[in-house]
Amino acid sequence: MQIYLPIAEVSVNAFTLIGLGGIVGLMSGLFGVGGGFLITPLLFFIGIPPAIAVATGANQVVASSVSGVLAHLRRKTVDFRMGGVLLAGGMVGSWLGVWVFTLLQRLGQVDLVVQLCYVVFLGLIGVMMLQESVRALTARNRTATRKRLHEHNWVHRLPLKVKFRASGLYISVIPPLIVGVLVGVLAAIMGVGGGFIMVPAMIYLLGMPTKVVVGTSLFQITFVTAFTTLMHSISYNTVDIMLAVLLIIGGVTGAQFGTHLGAKLRAEQLRILLALLVLLVCGRLALDLFLRPDDLYSIAPGRT
Amino acid sequence: MRGLLLAALLFAAPAALAQQTGDTYPTYPDFGRPAEVAEPGDGTPPAERVVAGLSSDAVAITASFDGSDILIYGAIKRETPIPDGPPLQVIVTVEGPGQVLTIRRKARRLGIWVNTESLHVGAVPSFYVVATSAPLAQTLLPDYDTRYRISVPLALRAFAGPVEVEDAVAFTEALIRLREADGIYRLDQGAVHVVDQTLFRADVRLPANLIEGEYRTRIFLLRDGRVIDVHRAPIEVRKVGLERWLYRMAFDQPLLYGLMSLAVAVVAGWGASAAFRLMRRQ
Repeated sequence: MQIYLPIAEVSVNAFTLIGLGGIVGLMSGLFGVGGGFLITPLLFFIGIPPAIAVATGANQVVASSVSGVLAHLRRKTVDFRMGGVLLAGGMVGSWLGVWVFTLLQRLGQVDLVVQLCYVVFLGLIGVMMLQESVRALTARNRTATRKRLHEHNWVHRLPLKVKFRASGLYISVIPPLIVGVLVGVLAAIMGVGGGFIMVPAMIYLLGMPTKVVVGTSLFQITFVTAFTTLMHSISYNTVDIMLAVLLIIGGVTGAQFGTHLGAKLRAEQLRILLALLVLLVCGRLALDLFLRPDDLYSIAPGRT
Repeated sequence: MRGLLLAALLFAAPAALAQQTGDTYPTYPDFGRPAEVAEPGDGTPPAERVVAGLSSDAVAITASFDGSDILIYGAIKRETPIPDGPPLQVIVTVEGPGQVLTIRRKARRLGIWVNTESLHVGAVPSFYVVATSAPLAQTLLPDYDTRYRISVPLALRAFAGPVEVEDAVAFTEALIRLREADGIYRLDQGAVHVVDQTLFRADVRLPANLIEGEYRTRIFLLRDGRVIDVHRAPIEVRKVGLERWLYRMAFDQPLLYGLMSLAVAVVAGWGASAAFRLMRRQ
């Protein structure tokens, strides 16, 4: 069934989109990731213009992260104060990111920068995850030495210290603000939630306990991607609600199957699968950058 | 050849054009637009005229829009018997609303392919199809092609602003090549059927990725490679219903539209979470 997308002005198969959303939803249910970093490049592949893919991708992440954050709210694993600080940074970052996006669009380099960001980040994450899960598989039976709750490093010597009760931390607001800004910029440029950057940063840089990390990151992602969607909608009219609805329908259904399936499989094997998938998408995008394109010329609407 | 002609048309001053094609060539009163209303030949009304109709003069883009077939049909009205000589030919063109475009060229920089040079073009048809009753080269004389801008390269008009690249021809050729590959620009030779030099019909397929606006249809009557009559009719292409409502809202009230997109996402997310809990409880 073909469906005409009113903003993208292309006609695509509705089942392809629901299927795409479903696959990404399955991944997110299976691996506990937002899936924004998969959906946006997949939209590029099926011929959705990059600007619309990024803006609509952000909207789709709102749906999946709302679903996630509600579960964490019930379990009381959200640090609101930390979330608020990250969010303040995120808003600034998102505004900055949309501004950079405009600049790149004027220079005609949006596609390049978005693709480069994807290649670099997907490559890094894929390799890190693969390394970690392989290590976890091999070192399964060894007893781990118990570490301290968190190391004291330069982060703890910065001014403007605040108590984060839910995380049991007393640290400066500067590092979480910076993390927030960075994630906001990525959300606006790449159409992703940025959980894959924030979660490691919260654990290793801020020293937050793992149990509140995912909920707090989802809390921040919900608002930052919502803000990004709004910014893209107001500045460029690039959010395609029809596209978003189809992706979301597939996504929420896929996520439920994914969670069920995830309960039956082993975590380390899942992580290796996800790592390989991430590297596959990364490789496909990298090929586009390094191989000579089929046609050196491309057409873009408007006088950008 | 096509590139050269195109370049000459697009960049040369009218004087240069007149020089190129000979002094007897009539320059247009308004250069840059086809002089479609000019009477051919010596100014006497043509002996043969087109009477034509369209199967529909409006195309509605609905959510399930998957392209549309337009039937263009008509007859040739004449007071005198059918003249001798080569048979009558018919060319039908359908042109979409003009677009402003940027054509970019990639080059290798530091090992990766980057957009480097770009060319802005103004008022390029968003869609253009030429349907003919016989091979175009045998149907139409180049002089008449330049005058009415019928063939695909000639239908592209002036560039917006100064040209910033040296080899603009390569860019315009790329534009035509890319759009021909997408089926947005098309030459359908033999797609017009003429019966007994009196009746004709042409089926024109409008693709699924249409943009809104007024599409212009031109029907040319030709004899011996010369255009003897032209008939014009508009086709209105509009988004309707939900498509129109969403599109207008996205551009007229972007804040409200953005909030609505968010509301959809939040409700879907909450709904999924609630449904999931219900399923678990059972």
